[in-house]
Amino acid sequence: MKYQRELVVLRKENLNPACFLLELKSTDSLCEILPGQFVNILVKDVAERLLRRPISIHDVDYNANTISVVVQKIGLATEKLSLINESDKLDVVFPLGNSFPTEEKRPLLVGGGVGTAPLYYLAKTYYNKGIKPAVLIGARTKDQLFLIDKYKTVADVFISTEDGSVGEKGLVTANSVMNESFSAILTCGPTPMMKAVANMAQERQISCFVSLENRMACGIGACLCCVTETKSEGNVCVCTKGAVFRANEIKW
Amino acid sequence: MEDKRLNSTIGTLKLKNPLLTASGTFGFGTEYEDFLDLNSLGGFIVKGTTGEKREGNPYPRLAETPSGMINAVGLQNKGVEYFCKNIYPQIKGKNPNIIVNVSGSSIEEYCKVASMINDLETIPAIELNISCPNVKKGGMGFGVNKDMAAEVVTEVRKVYKKHLIVKLTPNVTNIIEIAQAVEKAGADSLSLINTVLAMAVDAEKQKPLISTITGGLSGPAIKPIALRCVWQVSHNVNIPVIGIGGIMNARDVVEFMLVGASAVEIGTANFVNPSVCTQVINDLSDYCDRHKLNNITELIGKI
Ligand SMILES: Cc1cc2nc3c(=O)[nH]c(=O)nc-3n(C[C@H](O)[C@H](O)[C@H](O)COP(=O)(O)OP(=O)(O)OC[C@H]3O[C@@H](n4cnc5c(N)ncnc54)[C@H](O)[C@@H]3O)c2cc1C
Ligand SMILES: Cc1cc2nc3c(=O)[nH]c(=O)nc-3n(C[C@H](O)[C@H](O)[C@H](O)COP(=O)(O)O)c2cc1C
Ligand code: FES
Repeated sequence: MKYQRELVVLRKENLNPACFLLELKSTDSLCEILPGQFVNILVKDVAERLLRRPISIHDVDYNANTISVVVQKIGLATEKLSLINESDKLDVVFPLGNSFPTEEKRPLLVGGGVGTAPLYYLAKTYYNKGIKPAVLIGARTKDQLFLIDKYKTVADVFISTEDGSVGEKGLVTANSVMNESFSAILTCGPTPMMKAVANMAQERQISCFVSLENRMACGIGACLCCVTETKSEGNVCVCTKGAVFRANEIKW
Repeated sequence: MEDKRLNSTIGTLKLKNPLLTASGTFGFGTEYEDFLDLNSLGGFIVKGTTGEKREGNPYPRLAETPSGMINAVGLQNKGVEYFCKNIYPQIKGKNPNIIVNVSGSSIEEYCKVASMINDLETIPAIELNISCPNVKKGGMGFGVNKDMAAEVVTEVRKVYKKHLIVKLTPNVTNIIEIAQAVEKAGADSLSLINTVLAMAVDAEKQKPLISTITGGLSGPAIKPIALRCVWQVSHNVNIPVIGIGGIMNARDVVEFMLVGASAVEIGTANFVNPSVCTQVINDLSDYCDRHKLNNITELIGKI
């Protein structure tokens, strides 16, 4: 079941110059939400951005009935959304998409940039099952990292920055944690990063799952705008069959 | 509860209210069941269906533009046989007016799809999408030439016995001429407009934003063009006209009815708000209250 609800901005926090967190409260209780799922937020009154913005779920608090998201200001709608105030309302459709696998014995979670956001809820899901996952976070520089201490409460955190300002210097694929053995790699971030991670996983014969960010119009499987080409089924909707895919299933 | 003042007709089709949903924007209806009651709609029009399975165009298929969007889905669908076997049983009975949008790249393909849909008991109408390119005529759209438009409608008319809606493209010099040719060829009603041929460019990357370079513009940006087309056509044919293009709210519906539409289709607005139709139906009742209408159909063609 999907819902369209007015959610109230309970808390807004600027995480770094580009990213902000919104904690959105529902008056009705929340349904089960899976890690890797996303919400579709209506940002009103942006003439050039009529459509909703798909944003990954960063965290869920079933007691408080809140969903948190982390948004990067990258264009007209996200800039407009960044002007929202606490206690304002947002029209949100959720939860959309499938899920990251949650049954891995020893998962490595790899995030790049704002793509790190959904990995918190994923890591927390594993942690609550008694598996403390490894989370590897990549960024260009230390200013782009966010909420590292929060991730540390549920995961073993490893960091790579391109300028070496924190953690190991270089790309995530060069991080030493990559040499340890894992049952699966689950990744979300810029496409070049996910491709590089998927290639490494392939070489080491570890299964790898990636979360795609295709352009979407409806988010519910109705328009077929968001497709990605797969090896076994041709063009499939990222919004319903994804956003999480087995890396070796997609042609990219 | 049903408001009888909203009851409408499109020729032989009886509608609870004048709202249909536009093909390609409403999936097979079931995608929207979490957000609205499908049976509260006047009807719904499912995805464009072709003779054979089609993969559609490569990604990216979507670009956002001022007050609108450009799409290049390219009729991705699993073909008419799959529809009849797998989709139809799931959706039949969900609304009295489930309409199939029929597409093709040859007259034979249109006829194949139309005759197979003709056998489906609870589908009272098809909407013939004649905006598709005719592969035998160098890819020119059937709907841009009055002779080609008339020919495909004539042939489909021979195999399709129920209500035949023909959907017109606005990308023509004289839409009245096409509408009249299609009426003469046996259409029971007309729906217009399909998307407007358009393009969007990424100035930073210096590239087109969608894979096919050009695509179809929809949304509020095309409403003034659509209103003009509906006004021109409805005053020059004797069959009912269904208005489509950028309808976002009840006020837009009223505008289309005033210029001659008997009913309307809501497209892109479903993406923005998946429960928009419920809102529009309620607001149309309010409009009837405020304007003391006994029936919404009193508005048709006042302008
Ligand atoms: C499943 C999913 C989950 C997501 N999760 C998050 C998240 O957690 N946090 C987050 O910040 N973002 C997330 N995104 C991305 C987010 O939806 C977009 O960044 C946002 O919609 C951009 O809106 P905008 O108007 O601000 O930017 P826009 O101006 O629309 O676009 C931003 C960038 O995309 C480019 N672009 C524009 N149109 C196209 C096109 N047709 N094809 C290719 N590129 C184009 C622009 O040039 C620009 O560089 C997610 C996307 C998806 C699909
Ligand atoms: C993503 C998308 C897919 C569409 N697919 C079809 C189609 O398969 N057949 C068709 O006749 N029209 C199709 N259309 C056109 C719509 O049915 C409608 O005519 C057009 O979008 C204008 O209405 P709107 O402005 O309310 O969206 C499509 C439109 C969109 C946006
Ligand atoms: S965004 Fe419409 S089908 Fe995925």
